[in-house]
Parts: sequence; C-alpha cells; structure tokens
Amino acid sequence: MNPAFIHQQVAKIIEQHRLRPGALLPVLHGIQDELGFIPSESVIQISLALNLSRAEVHGVITFYHHFHTTPPARHSIQVCRAEACQSMGGENLAEHVAQRIDERAAGLYDVHPVYCLGLCANAPALMIDEVLHARVTPEKFDRLINALGAHS
Amino acid sequence: MSIKIFVPQDSAALALGADVVAENVLIEAKRRGIDVTLVRNGSRGMLWLEPLVEVQTADGRMAYGPVGPEDIAGLFEANFHLGGAHTLGLGLTEEIDYLKRQERLTFARVGITDPLSLADYLALSGFQGLHKALTMAPTEIVQEVTESGLRGRGGAAFPTGIKWKTVLGTAAAQKYVVCNADEGDSGTFADRMIMEGDPFVLIEGMTIAAVAVGATQGYIYVRSEYPQAISVLNKAIDIARQGGYLGSDILGSGKAFELEVRKAAGSYVCGEETAMLESIEGKRGIVRSKPPLPAISGLFGKPTVINNVISLASVPIILDRGAAFYKDYGMGRSRGTLPFQLAGNIRQGGLIEKAFGVTLRELMVDYGGGSASGRPIKAVQVGGPLGTYLPESQWDTPLDYEAYMAMGAVVGHGGIVVHDDTADLAKLARYAMKFCAIESCGKCTPCRIGATRGVEVMDKIIANQDRPAQIELLRDLCDTMLNGSMCAMGGMTPYPVLSALEHFSQDFAQAVHEETVAGEHHV
Ligand SMILES: Cc1cc2nc3c(=O)[nH]c(=O)nc-3n(C[C@H](O)[C@H](O)[C@H](O)COP(=O)(O)O)c2cc1C
Ligand code: SF4
Ligand code: FES
Repeated sequence: MNPAFIHQQVAKIIEQHRLRPGALLPVLHGIQDELGFIPSESVIQISLALNLSRAEVHGVITFYHHFHTTPPARHSIQVCRAEACQSMGGENLAEHVAQRIDERAAGLYDVHPVYCLGLCANAPALMIDEVLHARVTPEKFDRLINALGAHS
Repeated sequence: MSIKIFVPQDSAALALGADVVAENVLIEAKRRGIDVTLVRNGSRGMLWLEPLVEVQTADGRMAYGPVGPEDIAGLFEANFHLGGAHTLGLGLTEEIDYLKRQERLTFARVGITDPLSLADYLALSGFQGLHKALTMAPTEIVQEVTESGLRGRGGAAFPTGIKWKTVLGTAAAQKYVVCNADEGDSGTFADRMIMEGDPFVLIEGMTIAAVAVGATQGYIYVRSEYPQAISVLNKAIDIARQGGYLGSDILGSGKAFELEVRKAAGSYVCGEETAMLESIEGKRGIVRSKPPLPAISGLFGKPTVINNVISLASVPIILDRGAAFYKDYGMGRSRGTLPFQLAGNIRQGGLIEKAFGVTLRELMVDYGGGSASGRPIKAVQVGGPLGTYLPESQWDTPLDYEAYMAMGAVVGHGGIVVHDDTADLAKLARYAMKFCAIESCGKCTPCRIGATRGVEVMDKIIANQDRPAQIELLRDLCDTMLNGSMCAMGGMTPYPVLSALEHFSQDFAQAVHEETVAGEHHV
C-alpha cells in the first residue's frame, strides 16, 4: 500500500472521530475496517492528532486481540476454541482447519482462535470473513473453503 | 391478502443459512404467484430448530424447522404458507412445550416482532415503562427497581436499584449510563439475542436508567464478535431518535438522553466494568482499583450506572407492570426470571427464560432432552469460563444465587455448558488456566504470573510428572489467585480448576493412565 494513500485514509478517519470522547478505539476500528490492518507508520499520525504519546497508541493496539499491524491474508478464519465448542468437537475442527489451511498457499488465509462467537447452542462455530457458521463439521468446513476458492 | 412469513435474522439462524432460506422463500413465492410479506424476526430461542420459519395463519403462527434452503419448494408444495402439514411442521409455535413452559418477561417480544419495527414494539407494550417513568420522581423510579429485587445479570448479582441510588445521590454536571454488552462467557448469548431481537427494550431500559439518575449520555459497549448486534442496535437507535424516544427532549419531557454504540476489540477482561470504562475512554483495558466505585467516579471520572444488557432490558417491564409483579417470580433473594442459556453438548440447546428456582436437571433433561451425542452427561459448567464444573450430585440444587454460592458455584450470566462423558476435566482445567493467561489484564501478579504457572503445572499433571506434588502446587497456586487477585478474572479462575479436581479427580489420574497406555503403544 502506498504511504501517501495510507496517510490520507488515516487522516480522513481521524477527522471523522477526533471530537468523540475516547476517540482512539473508534479511530483504530475505522482504520482497520478501511485498510484491513493498522499500519505501524500511522501510529505517529494518530498520536499527534489525538494528543497522545506514541507509546500509548502502540500500547492500545497491542493490548487488544482484534487489532493487527500487518496486512491480512485474503481471507480470515476465526475458529472458536471456547468451552461449548470444545464440548462438540471444536478441537478436532480446529486441528482440521489448521491442517487443511496448511496444505494451501500461505498468505491466502489467516487462521485465528476466537473465544466464543455466541453460537454456543449450535457448536462448533467459526467465522470466515465476517460470516458466521454454526454446527461446523470438517466436511462442512471443506465445502465452505472450496466455495470460497471458487470465488477468490 | 398477503401472507406473512417469518425467517429469523438472529446470528444463530444466519450461521445456519437463514439468509438463503429467506431469499428462497421470496423466489419460490414469486414463482408460484403467492403474495408473501417476509418478516425478519429475532429468534424464538429454540436454537436447535434454526432456521425456524413461521407462517401467520388465522389460528396463530405455525412453525417449521429446521428449514434448509433446499426445503422451500417442498414446503410450498405442501401449502405451508397456509399452515399445511409437512415433515418439518412443528404446529403452533406458542404451543411448543419448550416455549410454552417458559416465563418470558424480559424476552416477551423476542422472536415475535420485527426487531426494527417501532409499530411492533409499541403494539406489545413497548415504551410503556418509559411513559410511566416520566410521570415519576427519580427517587420513585429507583425505589421501584429496588423493590423489584432485580440484581445484576452480568455476573456479580449486585442489586440494581442500590447502584442507581448511589449515582442518583452523587451530584455532578455530567453522568453516564453504560451498558455492558461484552458478553464474553462461553455458553452465553442472551445479550446478543436481546440486541438482535428486541433492541428497543434495551434502549428503553437505558433511557429509564438515565431519567432515574439524571444521566444524559449512554454508551453500549458491544463485543466486536457481534457485528449483527452492532448493526441492529445502530439502526434501532436512529429509529428511536426519530420517534422522539432519544434526543434532547424525550417524549416532550424536557429530559435529554443520547445513546452511542462503542465497539469493543476482542478482550475478555474488558467485560470487567472498570476495564470496560478504560476501553471506552480509549485506553488499554486494565482493571481499575476500587474504590472509587464507578457509581461515584466512573466513565471520564463521572458518576456512571453500569449494567448488563439483561439487567437493563428487564427494567421496562418492571416499570410497566410494577415491582410486585416482577418480584412475584423467583425464590429467596433471587427475584424475577433469568434467561438461561443451554449450550454445548445438548440436544435441544437454546434460551430458556424461567423464574429462579428451576434446577439444572430440569433444564438439561426436560428442556434440553439430554446430550447431543446421546452419551451420558458428565460435567456442566455454569456461569461462564470462571464458573464451576458441577457433577451430577449437584444438578438438583435450585438455580438461585444463594443456593449456588452455598455449594461454591455461581449462577453468573446464566450460561450452561454441557459436557458428555468423553470430556477430560484435566484438560478443561488446563484450558481455564490458559484462558486466564491469555486474557489477564496484567495488573496484578497472582493472576498474570499465577495463570501462566497454572498452565505449566497442569501440563506436568497431565504428563504425570511428579503428580502428587504438582497437585499440591496447583492447590497452593489457586489459593493465591483466589485471595490475592484484584478482580474476578484471576480471583475466580480457580473455580473451574478446583471443582474439576474435586469432583472429577479420576480425570487427573486418568491422564496418567492414558499416558502409560500411549507410551506402551510406542514400544
Ligand atoms: C473478567 C470479567 C469479565 C466480565 N464480563 C462481563 C460481561 O461480558 N458482561 C457483563 O455484563 N458483565 C461482565 N462482568 C461483570 C461486570 O464487571 C459487572 O459486574 C457488570 O457489568 C455489572 O452489571 P450488572 O450489575 O447489571 O450485572 C465481568 C467481570 C469480570 C471480572
Ligand atoms: S485479576 Fe487478572 S484481570 Fe483482574 S486485575 Fe488482576 S491481572 Fe487484571
Ligand atoms: S463457545 Fe464457541 S460459540 Fe460460544
């Protein structure tokens, strides 16, 4: 991504939220929603605009699991690893996902653990690019990934 | 006349293909020249039946489920749009036992209405509580909530009215109402179902809280894992504002209240109320030391009401029907109802709103129909990742805050996660420590270091290294965490660990056994 473009996008997002009390999280969400991640070079820009130290901004970005500082792969897969999913074979599913994704080209998929998606009565659950899936078996996962492959 | 067909837009239904089902209903209806009005309702909470499609008939709403996209043509063929018989038919929705035997107060409208239809909301007593509140003095509103016996549904069960009284009694130019919608506990989805299925009831509850304590700004802190809830809430807030239920002059009362959704960022500990305040202020979610109480010095240092979604969503019916009506439900000091969430390895998982006093066995057997796997149920974790594992001998204790406390357990947010006999409680105890290590805010040593040590110790126990000494160490460690942690994250992680050790000690020994067997295989 070109630095001038990043700078311009970040400036636009900061402007949208600057006057909100506690603007930092809305700003970070805005940047990640727009660019897919929070480029490290935007930290200075944010800290200047919100009158925070760079350490503060950096500290917040690293504290929250949701924020990423490197460009994401084309697709993100969040597999629930919490108790209700464990009780329904979630760990097997997680293993299957890891294996299956390993076989494929890296850079195409980011696999992250997530601790509950609120689908605990229809476990195990996972989310692929903001789309939720419940009662996921390894076979169902393969179908979902194949369908994704067809579109990407 | 147009036929009303309901296809839920709740996340659980969406995760099982409800959008394609809805689309197919419209396509198939058009193909057959049938005039259909599609309503995207919330979920009825019978989650094993999702997507649950309903049809409005002269006799009432008929239910069909679980409906897949491929079932739609067959359903129309069977005239389901007129209530026709079909193998997926479940009869009249209201007559389904699971639903019929519930006591739905907080969830009275969820699944019935279009969540974003103000007209639907108003037709079913919506905003009656607020109208009532606007005729009352602030102290009277607080008194009504106190008398109802409502206690915080987020976990700590602190009396809601007393919290409000403190905020009301603290003079300040600016006060806040913050709704805790971080719902991070595994096995819980009640907050999500309210936000997605009846957002106006939460808005109404928060507005009543604001009027009661004199707050003019509210925030709903919603976890980032709930994009659907965030989207529905934002739309509902706009609609409520346009209708005059929010803004600078609520229903012509001269009172102001503004509401904003704040998206969390994937940190469990930010569900702890003071960490949540830090997060809304734009900081790392580090737990604050108390005092001061948030009710006195909360968000941006101002007096703040912090309540869970369910606590706030229960307020409108309390104001509308009166404290006595609400208090009539429940037992002991646990008044009213709790939306129990039956999850994990259970055949009929879902949301069951019942008065306090129901037992786990009733919920798991009568409602849940036993395990999903068909195997015996072994352990049940109640109250989220910091809750205890209950063995069968404890399944007949009534779900009541005090009765649970007496046996060292917690009701918490009402999440119930069922495990069958294939569960390994040593592994689950290790997971509890691991989860604490991942999510600890790092402010205090017993939790930050203790949880990491706990994982190491559990690893040794599982690997049968010096087991008796390691179990001793685990107990010591739990003792330190219980007594030395600043908040319940570190302070309650020992609950699942020690209950697993106490009631399922065979698993801590079995770990040894399996290890030996596996070892023999390799030879
Ligand atoms: C680690 C931790 C996580 C918590 N997570 C939540 C949560 O997700 N939702 C919630 O309402 N309360 C949560 N709580 C409880 C809150 O601190 C607080 O008691 C509650 O929001 C108060 O609202 P209530 O009185 O209506 O229950 C959590 C507490 C701890 C220690
Ligand atoms: S117990 Fe854990 S989460 Fe709570 S304040 Fe201490 S370190 Fe933070
Ligand atoms: S535990 Fe996996 S969705 Fe809740």
